[in-house]
Amino acid sequence: MTAPRDKLGRPVVVVTGMGIMTSLGAGKSDNWAKLVAGESGIRTITRFPIDGLKTTMAGTVDFVSADPFSSTALSERMAELVTQEALEQAGIGAKADFPGPLFLAVAPVEVEWPQRRELGRAVGQQDITYDDLLRISGGGKFSAYHHRFMFGSVAAYLAETFGTKGSPISLSTACASGATSIQLGVEAIRRGETDAALCVATDGTVNPEALVRFSLLSALSTQNDPPQAASRPFSKNRDGFVMAEGAGALVLESYEAATARGAKILGVIAGCGELTDSFHRTRSSPDGKPIIGCMNKTLADAGMTPDQIDHINAHGTATPENDKMEFNTTSAVFGELAQKIPVTSNKSMVGHTISAAGAVEAIFSLLTLEHQRIPPTINYDNPDPTILFDVVGNKARDARVTAVMSNSFGFGGQNASLILTREPA
Amino acid sequence: MTDTPALKPGQTEVWITGIGLATSLGEGLDANWAALSEKRINVDEKGFAPYIVHPLMPVSFDSQIPKKGDQRQMEAWQRIGTYAAGLALDSAGIKGNKDILSKIDMVVAAGGGERDINVDSGILTAEAKGANAPGFLNERLMSDLRPTLFLAQLSNLLAGNIAIVHGLGGTSRTFMGEEVAGADAARIALARIASGESDIALVGGSYNGERKDLLVLYEFGDFNLKDKFAPVWARKDHPGFALGSAGAFLVLESKAHAEARGAKPFAKLSSVVADLAKRKQPGDMTATLEKLWAKLPRREGKGAIITGATGAEPATSDERDFLKNHADFPVRSTGTVFGHAMETQFPLGIALAALSISRGALFPPNDSTGTEIEMQGAPTQIVVVGAGHWRGEGMALVEAV
Repeated sequence: MTAPRDKLGRPVVVVTGMGIMTSLGAGKSDNWAKLVAGESGIRTITRFPIDGLKTTMAGTVDFVSADPFSSTALSERMAELVTQEALEQAGIGAKADFPGPLFLAVAPVEVEWPQRRELGRAVGQQDITYDDLLRISGGGKFSAYHHRFMFGSVAAYLAETFGTKGSPISLSTACASGATSIQLGVEAIRRGETDAALCVATDGTVNPEALVRFSLLSALSTQNDPPQAASRPFSKNRDGFVMAEGAGALVLESYEAATARGAKILGVIAGCGELTDSFHRTRSSPDGKPIIGCMNKTLADAGMTPDQIDHINAHGTATPENDKMEFNTTSAVFGELAQKIPVTSNKSMVGHTISAAGAVEAIFSLLTLEHQRIPPTINYDNPDPTILFDVVGNKARDARVTAVMSNSFGFGGQNASLILTREPA
Repeated sequence: MTDTPALKPGQTEVWITGIGLATSLGEGLDANWAALSEKRINVDEKGFAPYIVHPLMPVSFDSQIPKKGDQRQMEAWQRIGTYAAGLALDSAGIKGNKDILSKIDMVVAAGGGERDINVDSGILTAEAKGANAPGFLNERLMSDLRPTLFLAQLSNLLAGNIAIVHGLGGTSRTFMGEEVAGADAARIALARIASGESDIALVGGSYNGERKDLLVLYEFGDFNLKDKFAPVWARKDHPGFALGSAGAFLVLESKAHAEARGAKPFAKLSSVVADLAKRKQPGDMTATLEKLWAKLPRREGKGAIITGATGAEPATSDERDFLKNHADFPVRSTGTVFGHAMETQFPLGIALAALSISRGALFPPNDSTGTEIEMQGAPTQIVVVGAGHWRGEGMALVEAV
């Protein structure tokens, strides 16, 4: 029997429920089938006009409705659906009575253009200033927009719907947010504050202004045609990431609590690590030290050595800088193993789900462990000769996988890594 | 269940060893303390009329953010926060100490989303005048938005800027969710240090209350204080909050880590608890505040309460009912004096509690209703209360070391 505590004497943290949604579809089965088949969820945007945009495709989730529509409403609905899926699988607690806290990774919330335009129309004159908007905003006509556009609104809705305990935390660490939500859950269980935690990450922010913002930072691919070929991690002709929507939910429990209630264990969060890069707002330190430190901290947290990692689920955004930096830093940590360990980037198919990516990719990593099959990195026809990863290109690969490192790096110097294993060490 | 109600065996004491304040009353501890002692309040009733705000007392950002390029990459809320964070590091005596800064953990409570209101109103005006081509919005955003504005809108870029300007290299987490995010930031940082996961952390937030886009957001719910300033407790028939610009950061540190480097504490942070009341019925929030109060360690010393009560209703009335049950504790409202700084209000409350304890006196009342009473002698235990204007409740116990 496995010990309920890890090498550092802390409770082992296991996953007992998972729910996922991406541009590929809803749920684990659908996503996994399409992922290993090498399907892309990236399409030309139909949600809003694309005239005048440099990037016209994204991995939108158009099969979920949110009414009245806003990016925040869509994020909330996706988060609710993936949480339902995760809770059904975990079979934990009672309906609307989850026995632990909620950690939610969510995109920063803002009043959006459809609402701003509605205010503009309500002003009813041709010259519109913010003073005019202010004059017509009160009186209760738009009170729903206050409630919708509070940063805590999505977490509060989930907390109430699923009966999580205590104060739900909404967090943002940019593209590492999903990993951070898991890390916060792991820490709460390791500290013995709770036996279970609900970690959710969601992002439904493909809207005109969000797209323009990333575009203006030259972060997005502009290879619009065909859209499914736009996301090209580790390829020589990669030119940026593809914005995407999605959500992931994980039920974390202490090994002891999970086994005591006879829950099926889907995997183990063996290690988490995080290290801030203070070099630049959008770029990694050229020496890669913060990312190297992040990976090393994660290995140390898991009590593992590089040779015990047999798969890397890369951040792999397909921006020219990220992929090169990821190879260089991985090489610094793993040495020659960096060229032997199979590496894949789910973003080639589902795009970059931003705030959700860390959780979405952790779930794909756990499914990889379950199926002993590594999903491909599609659009890998023209490998970058300076990136010597063993990329699982274009076709899924059967492999013995016991431990996966999943990496997330974000704007603002956010670096976070997770190590996921099938069984407790 | 997820709180840090009291130290458990094996947990370490957590000290507040640094405080950084940049507020409408001034920058630094002496300026803020002097203004509090003299009952000064800085409100602007004209600039945003009919709305009332507490504007930031101008500071020289150069002293904490020496590179103009860095300042240009931020909007006001981030400059205020990066500035206050620098003051906190100075106060703790660790500014420029690479050994410590390379491992310090950051938990920041932040909003974000600062708009370029000229771009917004330009687009709305053009549309009102008939611009209706399908790509009009896209084209205007592509041409009018400053590329770096995005970085001023992202919540986690306050932490990012602090890391860049002050050279922080530990972990970095940003919590969102209005007022209670500030309590949760302190709660998680405290739990991590108390359990030994972390030795030292920078915790806090910042807010620019002088933003019309934010006034619009709160005006949707009729939450803005209009026309005439009044202390928080005197707003029952004229409810609302006056947004306040403020940055408040704390350096939290394990006792052992502080002692090893000879750092002196302002106070210790004994407990932080938080919850989410349903607030469906009158009194729901009062009950949650009582529950949180009961979770705090026993208070046997000379106590007081510093609250971030907003002045918005019905939350302030519910909180007043809670305070009536603890009428032996002198109360101070930060909302009256500093305005409402949203995510920053709770860290500000902890900062003022620690400052009051270290200076051996609670600052005087500033209230016309009798809710705030004089306190004689030095407080040894101060409960910080933060009940959000719409949701979220937090409480902390700050004690003399």
